[in-house]
Amino acid sequence: MCRLFCVTSDEPQSPMLALGALDVMREGHDGSGVGLFLTDLTGPFAELKDKPILSGIFTKDGLRRLNDFMNALGFWPLYRVVITTDKEPPPGTPKRDFYLIQVYEYPDGWENLDQEEKEFRLMMTRLQLRWMGEEKEDIIVFSFWPDVIMIKEVGDPLLVGEYLRLDRKELQARVIMAQGRQNTNYAINLYACHPFFIQGIATMTNGENTAFVPIREFLLSRGFPGYTGYQSDSEVFTHILHYALKKLGLKLEYYKHLITPLTDEEIKRHPNRELLRRLKLACRPLTIDGPNCVIGCLPDKTVFMVQDRKKLRPGVVGGRPGFYVLCSEMCGLDFAAPDRDKSQDFQPMHLDTVIVYPDRREVRRCSQMEPLPPLH
Amino acid sequence: MLPDGTLTPSSLGLKDLRWLIYWDKDKCALCGRCTAVCPVKAIELGVHRQRVVFSPLLDAPAKEAPSGLYRVYYGIRQRTEPAHACTGCGMCAQVCPNGAILPYRNDEEDKLRFHFNQGGQPRRRGGRRNDPAPGTLDRIKFVRISMLTDPALDALRHEFELRTLLGRILPPEEELRLYREEGWTPPVREIYPLMIGGMSLGALSPTMWEGLMMGVAYLNEELGLPVRISTGEGGCPPRLLRSRFIKYIILQIASGYFGWDEIVRAIPEMKEDPCAIEIKYGQGAKPGDGGLLLWHKVNELIAAIRGVPPRVSLPSPPTHQTLYSIEESVAKMIQSLAMAWGFRVPVYPKISGTSTALAVLNNLTRNPYAAALCIDGEDGATGAAYEVSLNHMGHPIASNIRDCYLNLVKLGKQNEIPLIAAGGIGKHGNLAANAAALFMLGASAVQIGRYILQAAAGCLGSESDRCNVCNVGICPKGITSQDPRLYRRLDPDRVAERVVDVFLSFDMELKKIVAALGRSTSLPIGMSDALGIDDYHAAERLQIKYVI
Repeated sequence: MCRLFCVTSDEPQSPMLALGALDVMREGHDGSGVGLFLTDLTGPFAELKDKPILSGIFTKDGLRRLNDFMNALGFWPLYRVVITTDKEPPPGTPKRDFYLIQVYEYPDGWENLDQEEKEFRLMMTRLQLRWMGEEKEDIIVFSFWPDVIMIKEVGDPLLVGEYLRLDRKELQARVIMAQGRQNTNYAINLYACHPFFIQGIATMTNGENTAFVPIREFLLSRGFPGYTGYQSDSEVFTHILHYALKKLGLKLEYYKHLITPLTDEEIKRHPNRELLRRLKLACRPLTIDGPNCVIGCLPDKTVFMVQDRKKLRPGVVGGRPGFYVLCSEMCGLDFAAPDRDKSQDFQPMHLDTVIVYPDRREVRRCSQMEPLPPLH
Repeated sequence: MLPDGTLTPSSLGLKDLRWLIYWDKDKCALCGRCTAVCPVKAIELGVHRQRVVFSPLLDAPAKEAPSGLYRVYYGIRQRTEPAHACTGCGMCAQVCPNGAILPYRNDEEDKLRFHFNQGGQPRRRGGRRNDPAPGTLDRIKFVRISMLTDPALDALRHEFELRTLLGRILPPEEELRLYREEGWTPPVREIYPLMIGGMSLGALSPTMWEGLMMGVAYLNEELGLPVRISTGEGGCPPRLLRSRFIKYIILQIASGYFGWDEIVRAIPEMKEDPCAIEIKYGQGAKPGDGGLLLWHKVNELIAAIRGVPPRVSLPSPPTHQTLYSIEESVAKMIQSLAMAWGFRVPVYPKISGTSTALAVLNNLTRNPYAAALCIDGEDGATGAAYEVSLNHMGHPIASNIRDCYLNLVKLGKQNEIPLIAAGGIGKHGNLAANAAALFMLGASAVQIGRYILQAAAGCLGSESDRCNVCNVGICPKGITSQDPRLYRRLDPDRVAERVVDVFLSFDMELKKIVAALGRSTSLPIGMSDALGIDDYHAAERLQIKYVI
């Protein structure tokens, strides 16, 4: 079972904090992959906050093809961090040519696009690069989005972090998500490595999603090109969240109602019973059957955790105002926030969604039985 | 045949029959119950003359020559005329106090099959396709077991939500838009995924029908299991139409429109809406043919409910009289029936399994009032059909449902039009396994007919052509008879109890399957990754795993 760690902090944090936490939780991952999602960035990336950042792994040929492709689209590089190393990689980690984090200026004319169209084009650019890379195995892209950096690699999380020198200052961020992967059903593939990302939304999960195939079929048949991939059964959690927020215009509080709807008896007692009844019918193929703990981040830097209906996976949230950790195991939380008030730790149960808004003042717990915010 | 008798082309010997009677003279009490109960008069009183050789003892006082004596003994004789050929029902064995009689199947292929068509009338019978081999559904295994990477669940103690939806479900975007705008949305029923399919009052006896209805009412009212039952094409008794129990009932309209005068008249007086309306366009047991109720079963009660004169055969046309095209007439019929109940009742068509099912489905996806599609596969049973239709016509349900589901997936409408699978589910007793396999292939619900007759009323019919005399109203169990002497054998209360037994045990078995797959919060519709079969081509065809 994978290990999950997420920190949201007023003070920028190094990705090594997250990798250190994964290391203390190491019983639960086997080094088959580590994934990092960084947002609310600092330093030079913060100065270019509105410009899209491409994160990926490239061979020499891949980098050349990337430059040609981006030039042809009119993207202009503004700033980059290239991670190359002559050191021997840790056991299990392949030798790569370049890990690239590159900020681009938008092509001419994009400033007049409406937000939705701009976001769509950014996603399509990422997907085109992914398809190009899959063809020749020279490009792997994780994200192409403003204020988002993603790094994924096979290997022990802490050793990979040290190998890639992820303690560098420019990679510090206020929101960090990290996952140490326990490979289960699927081949080791970086596209199967959490967190998953689409249009500013990222989630990571532990556990197995037993309803994966019908959910995948439902998402694939929405006609939205971003709903693709699915090398991991957990990628559907990200896409369901995207579907809820961007396609249905729902708020985060509704997410759990889509993936783990209340029972009919509970719905009858709910203040929003009619809406929930109808959502349950219409979104029936999105019901996950767990067991899963999902941790995610929204485009506005809100972070959250939800549990599946069976609550068969652990998950804990703790910290203090200005610094909160959402973690799959208690020992990871202890590592990252040893001096917190432990009496305030919260382990969400089968009805709970835990939300930390970008102001990081408190942990909001909302139960599925509570009234929902009005629809837009 | 006696030496001076005449051999006709249809003169058969015992060796030519399908079912033979074993009778033990030493055990027989000569009570006559077997001959009385036999539905086809296959056995009759036999007066047997037997020669016994008499040989006097050598030292007997009076010298007598050895001689042949004749004595008479009584017992039974099996008749060999095709009209009285034993059907193997075994009622004789059931009533025999001494266990002196038993039918058994001939070890050779019978010659009777060439002589059923006396008078130029092809054989008609009830039951299913005569093929006792295990079907595809029985060979499907559930191979994705939750083992360590995710925990299997506890079927006895875990919370399960194994309901399904019947009705047109809108895409989420559309549903939310109509919620905001307070617009009309199609009616959707949340029901139990095992339904009792259409078997009319007429095809079934009054006691059988009553037992089924009572069982369904009990399941709903006392056990909270929202089981639904279709009336079949035979109308519905007026009191039931006007009762609150009508909400558990799916009213079927078929090409004979039997009983619909009464139903339409009852609409203004209905306390509740029926669960749904099923428009029968086809039936798996006799694809491309209409319903058939032979005159034997059309007594005064049945005639009154159907609105026809008594003692006439009622062959429904193969298609609805108004049917001109699917685009027009079917849409109109669906819409008219929806309108009759103020668009508050789901209306869906039922067709027989066919390679053209996809064309029907594609059309329904464009009809916003079509609430579901029920497909009845080739193994479906009937009360009466031509044997050629039963044995040779139709499409297996597994690939039909799978193709339709995958087509809906392609269109993105897999949640919008529920597919209901029927036809031979539980044919070999594996009801929950067959049903679960169909859910995972893409069905939202399954319908049973013959199974519930077998399990709840002791129907004796089999796919080895046992009994299967439902068509002529001589059902020895009283299940499909309109003769009070026969249907009084069936106690409706006991039938209702067995209906409840069947659903409760099905529910537990279904949980035992889905729990091991790690599923509990929704019916695993389309969870094809859980399925495997030991036939490569079947696996390819159904897009499931090939396992050996």
